[in-house]
Amino acid sequence: MAAPPEAPPLLELAGIGKSFPGVRANDAISFAVAPEEIHALIGENGAGKSTLVKIIYGVQQADEGVIRWRGAPVAIPSPKAARKLGVGMVFQHFSLFEPMTVIENIALGFDHAIDRRELERKVAQILSAYAIPLDPRRTVHTLSVGERQRIEIVRCLLQNPKLLIMDEPTSVLTPQEADRLFDTLRQLAREGCSILYISHKLGEIKALCDRATILRGGKVVGSCDPKQESTRRMAEMMIGAELKTVARAARAGGGQERIAVAHLSHPAPGHFGVALKDISLSVRAGEIFGIAGVAGNGQTELLLALSGETRSAPDMITLDGRAIGAFGPGRRRRLGLCAVPEERNGHAAAPDFTLAENTVLTARQRLGLVEHGFIATAKTRDYAARIIERFAVKAHGVSALARSLSGGNLQKFIMGREILQTPDALIVSQPTWGVDAGAAAAIHQALVDLAARGSAIVIISQDLDELLTLCDRLAVINEGKLSAPLAISGVSIEQIGLLMGGVHGEAAQRREERAHAPA
Amino acid sequence: MSTTIVISIIMTILIAATPILLASLGELVVEKSGVLNLGVEGMMLCGAVCGFGATVATGSLLAGFLAAMAAGVATAMIFAFLTLTLSANQVATGLALTIFGVGVSSLIGKPFVGRTVGRLEPLLPAALSDHPVLRVVFGYDILVYGAIALTAATAWFLTSTRPGLILRAVGESDSSAHAIGYPVIAIRAAAVAFGGAMAGLAGAYFSLALTPMWADRLTAGRGWIALALVVFASWKPGRLLLGAWLFGAVATFELQAKAMGATWLAPEFLAMLPYLATVVVLTLISMRRAGAEGSAPACLGKPFATA
Repeated sequence: MAAPPEAPPLLELAGIGKSFPGVRANDAISFAVAPEEIHALIGENGAGKSTLVKIIYGVQQADEGVIRWRGAPVAIPSPKAARKLGVGMVFQHFSLFEPMTVIENIALGFDHAIDRRELERKVAQILSAYAIPLDPRRTVHTLSVGERQRIEIVRCLLQNPKLLIMDEPTSVLTPQEADRLFDTLRQLAREGCSILYISHKLGEIKALCDRATILRGGKVVGSCDPKQESTRRMAEMMIGAELKTVARAARAGGGQERIAVAHLSHPAPGHFGVALKDISLSVRAGEIFGIAGVAGNGQTELLLALSGETRSAPDMITLDGRAIGAFGPGRRRRLGLCAVPEERNGHAAAPDFTLAENTVLTARQRLGLVEHGFIATAKTRDYAARIIERFAVKAHGVSALARSLSGGNLQKFIMGREILQTPDALIVSQPTWGVDAGAAAAIHQALVDLAARGSAIVIISQDLDELLTLCDRLAVINEGKLSAPLAISGVSIEQIGLLMGGVHGEAAQRREERAHAPA
Repeated sequence: MSTTIVISIIMTILIAATPILLASLGELVVEKSGVLNLGVEGMMLCGAVCGFGATVATGSLLAGFLAAMAAGVATAMIFAFLTLTLSANQVATGLALTIFGVGVSSLIGKPFVGRTVGRLEPLLPAALSDHPVLRVVFGYDILVYGAIALTAATAWFLTSTRPGLILRAVGESDSSAHAIGYPVIAIRAAAVAFGGAMAGLAGAYFSLALTPMWADRLTAGRGWIALALVVFASWKPGRLLLGAWLFGAVATFELQAKAMGATWLAPEFLAMLPYLATVVVLTLISMRRAGAEGSAPACLGKPFATA
């Protein structure tokens, strides 16, 4: 890609290549970031975005190719070298230390010792210059994800970066938090700092970025001005095929109530857990019910309570009128309630089991995969093969270890394992987390089809777009409390955002209580 | 009369606590960096025998203690190579290290069995250290004072210095520390080496100060108590000091009861006491789950591999 004509590029990549055993992660990638430009790097999962930015930040080394910084070739052997050049990075998975304070975490981001008082002064300066709300004395584990991200940003800003790399920064933010972040980024760009923005959310790239480079299968497949291009066109460049839209038949609203949760409360399970407070909801046959919220507000605990991993009083949860609150996951599954937890490796699947063996974990009761106490190997292999075929899972057959699959592919497998059992009720957390757009559409379609057959589905997700596409009604979970359900047809993103508690201070809290009040 | 007994009991407690304190301080730093080295007992034995041998050969106690620390570091480096470089399982490697230490120390110590050396003397002049009352404060050797000073130094190092902050960071989230650009493996190796030096020193305290002689398995499981103590203290150096004194007191009670010819309890049961106390304390601590888990380094015992 040619550099924008008016200025010499700040960063220029020429022919960058990187291979891992069995995968060509980056292949002859060339593009340039101009000074003061907000440059988007978009692509599906596995397109090579993460590898590429790790190379720019010195976490990994390219096998071939040249990196030029202000026109001169440079070697970036370590993150330290990258920071020295003026490259800062905010990781998708934050590099924070939970039991330490904000200021300690910031101090750890420095390459040299720094006087504590001096540091506090500098941090206060940055916080006020960019209007970032953050208390430097708090311990990280008490902070929301949005606040944690601000620590990372402050860390970077303290180094006076010339280029700031943001890796999927909004995947964990409420809409309001995301807007606040965009304001900060725009201010930074105005002040002369280029931004390399990695995302697959095309809407925000359209709103924020000046240029976009599109990656697919480790190669650059195009570039565009996102303000001119339609999101649909960009999505199609990303996946290299035409985008399918989820076909949703109009549903008869008056199905029978299948799942009912009544005044479910549960104490916080551990140090960092969230207590569930008086949660009530009801899902009818054929209905998809969404639960929105910022991560860490009780979603995990709610999923465990619904799946049966934590038990409650019998009549707090009913399935088709039957009190199942005191039953464990196995019994609930036999009765027709299946669940998919958020964590794929180690919770939804055993990483060192083969895919066939993993089917036994949750499908043995409903599909009879265990006969007379023995695993029916042929049946498990058949079932695994069916899932692989039906959900286009990329794996080396049914004997592949679960850990050998990429996150998105394992997610497809796990979703398929539950959906193909045609459960009467399905609880899923983050059904398309880390799954590329094409596969996400397939999973969404499968969920809609399952509902059409009369199942009741609960989707716990942080992806509002996903919930708005799929659900009939949704409620927002915040600090372990569930809001009154809202019909999708009459709800705005702002309204949901406020319920998520994304706006700091009392106002959001009051508004939330008001939303609860009429219920 | 009774004052004399009280004073001598206090002194015995403080002295008995010293090697446990030294070894557990080392292990605390190791665990704070996210490494679980169960080989403390083995490193102590290697230190004990090498220290004794060096003192026999040179006649110098200083040489003995230095050799003990070197031996501890050398043993610890075997552990570091296996677990940090080769990513071997830390629990299994630590257990193997203890077995290795028992065997090697027995082999090296063969010619020394039954020999004695001049023991480590009190630090201060006799006027103070032999004073019938003041000796309770002034009557100890340099390592008793040194261990207490090191406790304070370790606490200060971990909470108030930048290297201490980095060490804790590595133990809390190795992947984050790596992403920021800290050399996780090197930092952990340094911590393990420090743990080895302290264990070696603790071992030599047995062979050169407590009982200035060599016998097989001289440290008699004190390394395990040091390990338990780190958990007991919730990874806090100050509590380590209290814990070491508690175990010193239990051990002293055992000796006193034997010396006074207590027959109401079989001597085997008395000998069990320190270990029983360890078990009880560990059980109590693990019942108080939130407290213990909240303070354990998050990456404790997990191998780190650069992805």
